[in-house]
Amino acid sequence: MSRLETRGLVIDVPGRADGRALDLCLAPGQVWGVLGPNGAGKTTLLQTLAGLRVPRAGEVDLDGQPLAGLRRRRVARQLGLIFQERQDGFPATVLETALIGRHPYLSAWQMEGGDDVRLAVAALERLDVAHLKNRLVNTLSGGERQRVAIATVLTQSPQLWLADEPTNHLDLHHQTSVMTLLGEQAAAGKVVLMCLHDLNLAARWCDHLLLLYPDGEACWGPASDMLVPSVLERLYDQRLATAEIDGAPVFVPMR
Amino acid sequence: MRRLTLPLALLLAASLAAMGLSASVGSANLALGELWAVLSGGGDALSRTLILELRLPRSLSAFATGGLLAVAGALMQVLLRNPLADPYVLGLSGGAAVGALAAMLAGLGGMVISGSAFAGALLSTLLVFGLAHGTGSWTPSRLLLTGVVVAAGWGAVVTLMLALSPAERLPGMLYWLMGDLAYARTPMPSLLVLALVCLLGFPLGRSLNVLARGPMQAAALGVAVRPLEWTIYVTASLLTAMAVTTAGSIGFVGLVVPHMLRLVLGNDQRLILPACALAGGTLLVLADTLARTVIAPEQLPVGVITALIGVPTFLYLLYRSR
Repeated sequence: MSRLETRGLVIDVPGRADGRALDLCLAPGQVWGVLGPNGAGKTTLLQTLAGLRVPRAGEVDLDGQPLAGLRRRRVARQLGLIFQERQDGFPATVLETALIGRHPYLSAWQMEGGDDVRLAVAALERLDVAHLKNRLVNTLSGGERQRVAIATVLTQSPQLWLADEPTNHLDLHHQTSVMTLLGEQAAAGKVVLMCLHDLNLAARWCDHLLLLYPDGEACWGPASDMLVPSVLERLYDQRLATAEIDGAPVFVPMR
Repeated sequence: MRRLTLPLALLLAASLAAMGLSASVGSANLALGELWAVLSGGGDALSRTLILELRLPRSLSAFATGGLLAVAGALMQVLLRNPLADPYVLGLSGGAAVGALAAMLAGLGGMVISGSAFAGALLSTLLVFGLAHGTGSWTPSRLLLTGVVVAAGWGAVVTLMLALSPAERLPGMLYWLMGDLAYARTPMPSLLVLALVCLLGFPLGRSLNVLARGPMQAAALGVAVRPLEWTIYVTASLLTAMAVTTAGSIGFVGLVVPHMLRLVLGNDQRLILPACALAGGTLLVLADTLARTVIAPEQLPVGVITALIGVPTFLYLLYRSR
């Protein structure tokens, strides 16, 4: 079980005032959604929380220790990141791609063994892409690549999942199955934080929400407190119609 | 493990065969039996001199140079995540060429030329890396562009030097620029470095595989990105400087050998780096054998041969690949 806390965290978005400092506490079992319009700093926040960017102020603590002082290898065993953008400069197969999730656990002289391959294949099966395991990643569709990227993090099996728009490029069925997977991870005592553009997925699957405004303002708390139509309309500068379907609020943008 | 050992065993066999061919072919052809006799400590005096003092050192130098260039190219390509990168594109050979030609212009010879080439390569490395770092961020495209522009600058200086130099020095300078193994007599340092890099490359190999997916992804998976990038850059520069010092400026090997191997063997650096050492070495041994036999007793610059063999092979593989 891991916990991620921020103290007075101000992310470094160039040319923007500091806005509100973030004092977040991401505890085991929680599913956090980060909402905000384009350019609000969602990706920057995610990368700062992962220790990949230096914040303008404040710090991020992993289990009470400052993230900046920890070795990357140690961090990678606890914290996994699903990126929005991927580089495949060189061709690699789907299985090889999933296997790099084992990197933080293997010593320098160690080759990936049968156990590692089994973990990777199980992750690929969970994401419905095991049948593609010998294909080259750059020949896959956008949605298939997205699922391979999630399978890589599942292979990495972190305590903390940071996901940058995990449902990008996915069809409706796979959106639901990925959100179910993230929900299961939280139910097993892990922490999930994801940036989302789809309010309805957030309303349905997240128990905590962080709203990021383009000027650096922010508010956060339990999802039920945050999903107020007037607040969301101000966040996106977009009028919304609201209904309740299947036990969760549904927001539809109005013309 | 078999995935690694089988291709490497085949490549090793190929390089030994190339080495044997290179040692037995030339102005006086030797049968394999004589070659074996000499290597096992017998043979007549003439054959002993021919093989142990002339041909074998030259073949081993060719092998080491080709291996160094191919490994340096593979490393640069991972560093820049760009299959077009190689030490030559990045201006290293240009710096070395300017150093070597300056020594030749001054009428100096032998070791001074080598030392001057080495200094030129290192100077170019520092120049490119320092300028690309600048005040802003350090990105692959910026490094590549800086290298290309610095290389163009070196190219202009080389042309200027050729234009200004007296006619009797021109052939030596041109041969150096096209790559020449005729004076390579001390293969041991290069071979040792090559072996060392292949050995140390293995534990770094998986980190390199992850780095090939981008620095953010690599950092997220536990790689200390900046130190690794520095290690790759400095290592690749030293390897290139060493190769250039041994044999002048031989293009093409660093770009094409890693490429061809990736098309066939995939992109696991733990396999690609030693495979590059063996395949690059084999290619240069064969090229050098051709270079000194095709129009014997005249010799061709080996760089011409590497390009003439490599270009069609490469284009064929690229055309056939997915």
